[in-house]
Amino acid sequence: MGDRILMSGNEAVARALVEAGCAVAASYPGTPASEILSSVDRWRKASGAAMHVEWAVNEKVALEIAYTAAVSGLRAAAAMKQVGLNVASDPFLSAAYLGVTAGFLVVSADDPGPHSSQTEQDSRMLAMAAKIPVLDPASPAQAMEWTRRGFDLSEAFGVPVLLRPTTRVCHAIQDIEAGPIRVPAREARFVKDPARWAATPVFRRMLHDRLAEKIAAIAAWPATAPIRANPGFPSRTAVVASGVAFAHVREIFRELDAAGGIALYQVVQPYPLHAGFIDHLVETYDSILVLEESAPVIEMQIADRRRVRGRMTGAVPATGELSPEILFRVVSRFAGLEEVGEAWHPQPERRRPTLCPGCAHRSAFYAIRKAAPGGIYPSDIGCYTLGINLGAVDTVLCMGASISQAAGFHYAHRLSGKPADIVATIGDSTFFHAGIPPLIDAVVQGARFVLVILDNGTTAMTGNQPTPGTGIGAGGEKTEAVDMEGIVRACGVRFCRTANPDRLPEFVALLKEALAYSREDGVAVVIARAPCATAVRSAAAGRSSAAVAVSAECNGCRHCVDRFECPALVYDEQAKRVRIDGMICTGCGVCIHVCPVGALRQAPGEEGAS
Amino acid sequence: MSPGEGTPSQIRRRIVLSGVGGQGVLFLSRLLAEAAVSRGLPVIASETHGMAQRGGVVVSHLKVGSFDSPLVRAGGADLLLVLKEENVPLHLPFLREGGILVVNAPGGYRGSPGARAGSVDADAAALSAGYPQGANLVLLGFALARFGRETAGGLFCTVDELRDAVSKRYGAGSARRAAALAALDLGIARGT
Repeated sequence: MGDRILMSGNEAVARALVEAGCAVAASYPGTPASEILSSVDRWRKASGAAMHVEWAVNEKVALEIAYTAAVSGLRAAAAMKQVGLNVASDPFLSAAYLGVTAGFLVVSADDPGPHSSQTEQDSRMLAMAAKIPVLDPASPAQAMEWTRRGFDLSEAFGVPVLLRPTTRVCHAIQDIEAGPIRVPAREARFVKDPARWAATPVFRRMLHDRLAEKIAAIAAWPATAPIRANPGFPSRTAVVASGVAFAHVREIFRELDAAGGIALYQVVQPYPLHAGFIDHLVETYDSILVLEESAPVIEMQIADRRRVRGRMTGAVPATGELSPEILFRVVSRFAGLEEVGEAWHPQPERRRPTLCPGCAHRSAFYAIRKAAPGGIYPSDIGCYTLGINLGAVDTVLCMGASISQAAGFHYAHRLSGKPADIVATIGDSTFFHAGIPPLIDAVVQGARFVLVILDNGTTAMTGNQPTPGTGIGAGGEKTEAVDMEGIVRACGVRFCRTANPDRLPEFVALLKEALAYSREDGVAVVIARAPCATAVRSAAAGRSSAAVAVSAECNGCRHCVDRFECPALVYDEQAKRVRIDGMICTGCGVCIHVCPVGALRQAPGEEGAS
Repeated sequence: MSPGEGTPSQIRRRIVLSGVGGQGVLFLSRLLAEAAVSRGLPVIASETHGMAQRGGVVVSHLKVGSFDSPLVRAGGADLLLVLKEENVPLHLPFLREGGILVVNAPGGYRGSPGARAGSVDADAAALSAGYPQGANLVLLGFALARFGRETAGGLFCTVDELRDAVSKRYGAGSARRAAALAALDLGIARGT
């Protein structure tokens, strides 16, 4: 004890979970929450604590697994990103009514910006809809402290508690003093009470009343009351902030003399906002500026609309991350300073993200465009969303929607008498997460499309977490592995073939066969199986192909650069031809089949290299 | 230099590290943060994860000393380390008046008005040392040697403290530790 350890917000949450005796932790990876579960497992191993730690198949399952432990008297937590909480919203809302018998924490990491998400929604709004209290830390250190406090709150009132960090908390790193790890002493004991755990609507109504009473009491709980950050002077104006916006504003207050007379508050628990605090605000201050991400959750709970400024009144931009630059301008205005100019924004990034060199998804996308030119290409959530650069991704809605959208496109176009070739892509982890029900639906409804499952044996985008197909658990232990082909066939699909997309000509031929089947007979599934290039690279094992050289025949047509878009293929503007960036080329050799004039060749002397 | 800067409680540095996915920006910011912790200095930093790491722009903010926010506001950085020259226009607005700009630039960086600038071809240096992944450490070593920690706004740690931080990262006697230390030393030599 006493040592200061460098921890990210995610690591800090994980450390606090293990320290607090959390016995069951489950998660599905998603930026910015992914590192929470892997860190839990690291601290579990270091401490020898008996825990069940799992990468669940999706967030709904993760929440239900953890919740059930908390119904059985053990502390538990489920971690996910904000769109994952959408997936888990069904048990989340119901769990609020039924409550818990031991501390239960849901960690939902929001992504204002958004930096790496489909939406910049505010999980605190879902907490409000569920009547679940939510804590909103400003830093990794607070994330750690409030994880512990979240368990206390959960146990004091028998309710689930939401901890809502944002990207700037999850992926901030800070020196934090770690505490001792408490090995859980409690034993699991589920006490039967069907009127509660299996409540019928009549009982639900009673449970709802009880939940409302709990929320009213939580709105007066001292341990999560708002904190005055600059006590010691009376004022007629106040700034009320939560989350990382508070951290930014606190620094701005130190720099800005004009903010000297303004009271500054940090809200710990945005919902339910403490009733006494609301009264204090409207009784004391003429003007109250609320700074929070990303929805006006605190702002809308302050009853006196004439005194409140924030996202709803236009004093703060209605959407987007509250950067220090934006907050400096907003606070300066509120402090009565003259116009301080437009807030600076980083220029749009000129460099777009792209699939890694040697990534087999690139081969699959190139083949899809070859086999089905002019087709419709629904896709899904993962690295392969970057297939948009290759013109092989037309839609991305949410986890698993590639399959429902492929079916939806088929029905819509069939009605018009103009069926289209449709090739959907979904990753292996996403398929297990949310792809199976829509595949069953498509088969039953007679949809016609090709589904390419991009099976790289990992959840690559979020840091290579295992999938149910890999037979590896969260701690690296061996588990049962699920047979993907077996699932596809069990869904009723009659055409299911597996191939390596890096064997490009053969893969194009297979896709054409699948397309011909889909036009006449129904859903065809092609499993494109090749390991993730990052996983292969870190294992220092090259793929079974040779290094590539550019011959004199290169005429600078740019086909490989524009249509294959491998970062290792560089167009030399002066020489008007392509060269290979040997620093990053993995030697997969797929581009040899891409060049229309055959100028990309196996490098001499590399024959038979493995 | 602010008065009394020698004491740990008064050291305050705001550093922005800029590059693209795969260049080791996160590694550098973690390394500097570890060096700060070893000195007993408070540190808070912000990292980029997710989609941007697939070859997109990656930027890390690092604040050593008494701070709350993990982000450096535009015009507030004492030091801007750029691993990809084309990022300079993108992230130069972070630099404060009189701040230090250090760029990994093959052709030498021509400099910017209002900034003290230095550049080194870190990619070529790392490649020549047979450790292409070490370009980030070459740049860091160069920055430390050229602008030091005694200069206002330079780094907050010594060469030895950085060496310690690198050593702690890798197992004793490992090839990667030797290569990483060599890359750091190469940068220091170029900056001296």
